[in-house]
Amino acid sequence: MSTHPKALKITKRALLVGGLAVGGGLVVGYAYLRDKPGTAGFGAFGVAGTALNAWVKITPEGRIILAVPRGEMGQGVYTAIAMLIAEELEVGLDQIEVEHPDVDGKYANAFILTESMPQFRPLIWLGERVAAALPLIATGGSTTIRDGWEAMRRVGASARMMLVQAAAISWDVAFDECEAKLGVVNHPKTGRSLSYGDLAEAAAQIKPPADPQLKPPSEFRLVGTPAPRIDIPAKVTGQAQFGIDVVLPGMLYAAVRQCPLRGGRLVSYDAEAVMGLPGVEAVTPVHGGVAVVAHSYWQASKALEALAVEFEDGGNGELSSKSISALYHEAMDSGDVICVREEGDTKRSLKTSAKTHEAIYELPFLAHTCMEPMNCTAIVKGDRVEIWLGCQSPTMANWGAAEGAGVETDKVTTHVTFMGGGFGRRQEVDISRQAAQIARAVEGRPVKLIWSREEDVQHDSYRPAVLAKFQAGLDESGSLTAWTNRLVLQSVDVGYGQRNLPALLVGDGSDDMSMTQGADDLPYALPHLTVEKVVMDLPVDVGYWRSVGHSYNGFFTESFIDELAALSKQDPYAYRRGLLRQAPRHLQVLNILAEKAGWEIPLAAGRGRGMALHESFGSVVGQVAEISLSAQGELSVDRVICVVDCGMTVNPDTIVAQMQSGIVYGLSAALYGEITLEAGQIVQSNFPDYEALKLAAMPAIETYIVPSTDYPGGVGEPGTPPIAPALTNALFNATGKRIRKLPLKNLDFLSL
Amino acid sequence: MVYTLKVNGDTKTLNIDGDTPLLWVLRDHLGLTGTKFGCGVAACGACTVHVDGIATRSCVLPIEAVAGSEIRTIEDLAQGDTLHKVQQAWIDNQVPQCGYCQSGMIMAVVALLEETPQPTDEDIDNAITNICRCGTYNRIRKAIHQVAEA
Repeated sequence: MSTHPKALKITKRALLVGGLAVGGGLVVGYAYLRDKPGTAGFGAFGVAGTALNAWVKITPEGRIILAVPRGEMGQGVYTAIAMLIAEELEVGLDQIEVEHPDVDGKYANAFILTESMPQFRPLIWLGERVAAALPLIATGGSTTIRDGWEAMRRVGASARMMLVQAAAISWDVAFDECEAKLGVVNHPKTGRSLSYGDLAEAAAQIKPPADPQLKPPSEFRLVGTPAPRIDIPAKVTGQAQFGIDVVLPGMLYAAVRQCPLRGGRLVSYDAEAVMGLPGVEAVTPVHGGVAVVAHSYWQASKALEALAVEFEDGGNGELSSKSISALYHEAMDSGDVICVREEGDTKRSLKTSAKTHEAIYELPFLAHTCMEPMNCTAIVKGDRVEIWLGCQSPTMANWGAAEGAGVETDKVTTHVTFMGGGFGRRQEVDISRQAAQIARAVEGRPVKLIWSREEDVQHDSYRPAVLAKFQAGLDESGSLTAWTNRLVLQSVDVGYGQRNLPALLVGDGSDDMSMTQGADDLPYALPHLTVEKVVMDLPVDVGYWRSVGHSYNGFFTESFIDELAALSKQDPYAYRRGLLRQAPRHLQVLNILAEKAGWEIPLAAGRGRGMALHESFGSVVGQVAEISLSAQGELSVDRVICVVDCGMTVNPDTIVAQMQSGIVYGLSAALYGEITLEAGQIVQSNFPDYEALKLAAMPAIETYIVPSTDYPGGVGEPGTPPIAPALTNALFNATGKRIRKLPLKNLDFLSL
Repeated sequence: MVYTLKVNGDTKTLNIDGDTPLLWVLRDHLGLTGTKFGCGVAACGACTVHVDGIATRSCVLPIEAVAGSEIRTIEDLAQGDTLHKVQQAWIDNQVPQCGYCQSGMIMAVVALLEETPQPTDEDIDNAITNICRCGTYNRIRKAIHQVAEA
């Protein structure tokens, strides 16, 4: 079944929401809106040029510059967006440059607003408050291509038609007699040609076409072909600029220490004792803690270390992973249960089943540990604020800086750099808020705030800890009849909202769809299905972690399906196939996966093979993991086979890279990832105790992309959910032992 | 204290606290921001530079310990517009994603190949212990072999 019509519908609805938010302008203008007359706009931003719309400008020398208002955090978005625009603009990728434009409502990510942040939905009825809350420029939820697939091509087509029209007018020939190719408009009949640079000024005077026509995908020359990424050359020479690399004249440096958990507060600090230390300029309270400002980062760090600081624990001094787990188990049995989905009559079906099976799974909090620690550079002059940072949402960074400096958001200018990793962490406002607070304290002088890795690990917005319980009913023949799944966890929407949004926008978690995503929308035929949740409230900050709810629900559901296959004495592949008769897209991925993995080929003793299949963010991904267990009990992940159906592709090489990346991120978590608490503090603090997978432990990864004509799905996140269950299912295959808790580093494989 | 270093062939004299790690000397005092801060405890390798030809994690290395040494950073690899063969292999294999760890990775790999021009997979496993959260490891291995086989 094609997903195109459905996906298109969502896009249109999202556009409508975005349009309402700014008084109708976006509805018609989203795809090829020009900068407002009288405003500086894209043409004046960065390298000056003639703007044909807010995404395309051409300099007097003929340089073609495209706006990419999405954050580059390694997912290849600069190249992918440029490919979509260049396809219709009729230029080569080697003919363009990209710029991250200024924060502007035209660049809102309409898709993410409705797809990933349902708490915004009721807001379209809230009148003027909507204008304050929208539009949101953000990169996340694997939405960039889904949001821009049509709109970015229309942007390119519109600009190209204006350039062709300008040429046709100058030659006094018909529009249809001209053709655009590689940055030049030709008139084949007379052999005349003009470059885009020659035509830009005249083209900018032409009214944009109301409905630019797009090429059919069969005529794509760029989109769908592997293209070298345009951000890579700068990343091999050390020239790529990340937030941490921003240097301003007279810049100061700041380091912070923050209160262990939310709910606690800064009581006192002895500024006098460190003000005399070399280079120290200021000691100032910030949101969540205290900062030291000095002439170098090393001086600031040393003085911070010497600073005596007292925090009050807010009554959370006893909180531990053990106490949290006990709370979760209690809530599983007696908490306020919210039913998220109910099909059929699960209770009755369970009662009448020939056999029932129950399992409880538990996962820990996880940190993001982006390679680039959190940082932001800011300067405050009166009511004007300027910030520089790599972030997933300049809109949110603006809010943070405005709050921190005590100004209106329209007084903040945000400069967006590359991100050294994002993974959901860089949607938070904490860093820009603190940087602006510090910059206010040393007003007139730029200051670069850098969190230590310890602050980063201990003050993250963690992937929630989750407790999950499953019950299944099977009939006489072993067929699955009933499925119940109850989840106990914190809401990331609530957590994110509490930290980042006006109180008005913070719900109670009951409508946080991310909690059950990947649990209440399974492709398997389940006639009697109940999915429930219990929303926990803890002083541990939780947030969006690569693939969000799918990251844990993928592990739970694909493990439990494997349990049921074993219980039915069926092969895990055959068992899944039997449940996917109504899901041809998933079945196709599964079949290709089994074929590519050589599923039927027996493995030697001590080896195991496991599979998992999961849909997220519009894409279906299947993975098989092959493992070995040595006689000494050492686990080795040898090989991962990955099959992805993400609809039509933009840059296939990026899709392969993103699958590898998602797998490695999920493997690190499955093998080592665990944030624990003791006495109201996060225990882990840096890479030695919050480990990441290293090269020596890397499996070989083979990725296959299913050819498709469906609307594109996301690729930044969907590679992550299947790897943990594929791995533990492989361990089951090798040892007969079911693993219901992660990370695996806590297991003694010899005792399995 | 006044310290003298040779950085990328140029002699640099700095009046600076002796315990300042080389990483921050390079980044904040000499403006060489290609070398990155990742952990501050020599665990991740983002800060890898060459000290007298040896790949070294600079975030815990005080300047007083390297006074008089020859330091080489990522900024010195390319000669004009000609990239170092490792940098070129990184482009050919489309290695970087976010790219933040890659300066340190490349410096570690250049040192490995200077010492061991034909490394085995085991040599690579042992020498390249830097962390990449984007998971570019398999392309890194492939790119190293490409350089070795050229």
